[in-house]
Amino acid sequence: MSYLTDDTIDTAALVRRLLRRSDGALVVFEGVVRDHSEGKAVESIFYDAYRPMAEKEIGAILDNVRIEWPDVAVDCLHRLGHLVVGETSIAIVCVSPHRAQAFEACRAVIDRIKQTVPIWKKERTPDGEEWVGWQHQC
Amino acid sequence: MKVRLLFFAVLRDIVGKSEADVEVPDGTRALDLWQRLRSQYAPLAAYAQPPMTAVNESYVGPEAALRDGDEVAFIPPVAGG
Repeated sequence: MSYLTDDTIDTAALVRRLLRRSDGALVVFEGVVRDHSEGKAVESIFYDAYRPMAEKEIGAILDNVRIEWPDVAVDCLHRLGHLVVGETSIAIVCVSPHRAQAFEACRAVIDRIKQTVPIWKKERTPDGEEWVGWQHQC
Repeated sequence: MKVRLLFFAVLRDIVGKSEADVEVPDGTRALDLWQRLRSQYAPLAAYAQPPMTAVNESYVGPEAALRDGDEVAFIPPVAGG
């Protein structure tokens, strides 16, 4: 099972693999490259990862979510490499018999991924390129 | 003992390589390794505290003692999603 890909994300394929006859709710979150960041125009983003660790961290997050929301089936795929505005960088799919659990679980997955998974992004703007987050670390 | 340092994202740009094998004294902690990098690379000098640190693909605290053969990665602020 790999949660990282270098290719375009096929969210519909994730949904097809996950959806069960008992599910009445399907929640999809996609993160998309937008054309601005903190007042600057963004042309594209390069995503980098510590791949084996990122796989483990995402796997652990999904395992915990499955324990916390036992009715939910969940999957996730994060794209790496060079993405342009409008492209999907991450897709998270949660299905469950009822909507509340699927919404909650989906929100938890993206929030946790943003906190701990070793993935980085370098934004390309008209002024040059910058790794997001580093300049605020001091 | 010898440990392998992995560099990602901004740290790879600063150091100019993606990994390095380094010889360190027994008892070296993750924090000590960071201080050594700070002294070698001027852009890191301002960062007294190490970023999040992973040893063998798991997060550890800065005081974690390293062992021979460990794979150490300093994790700049993550930005997935």
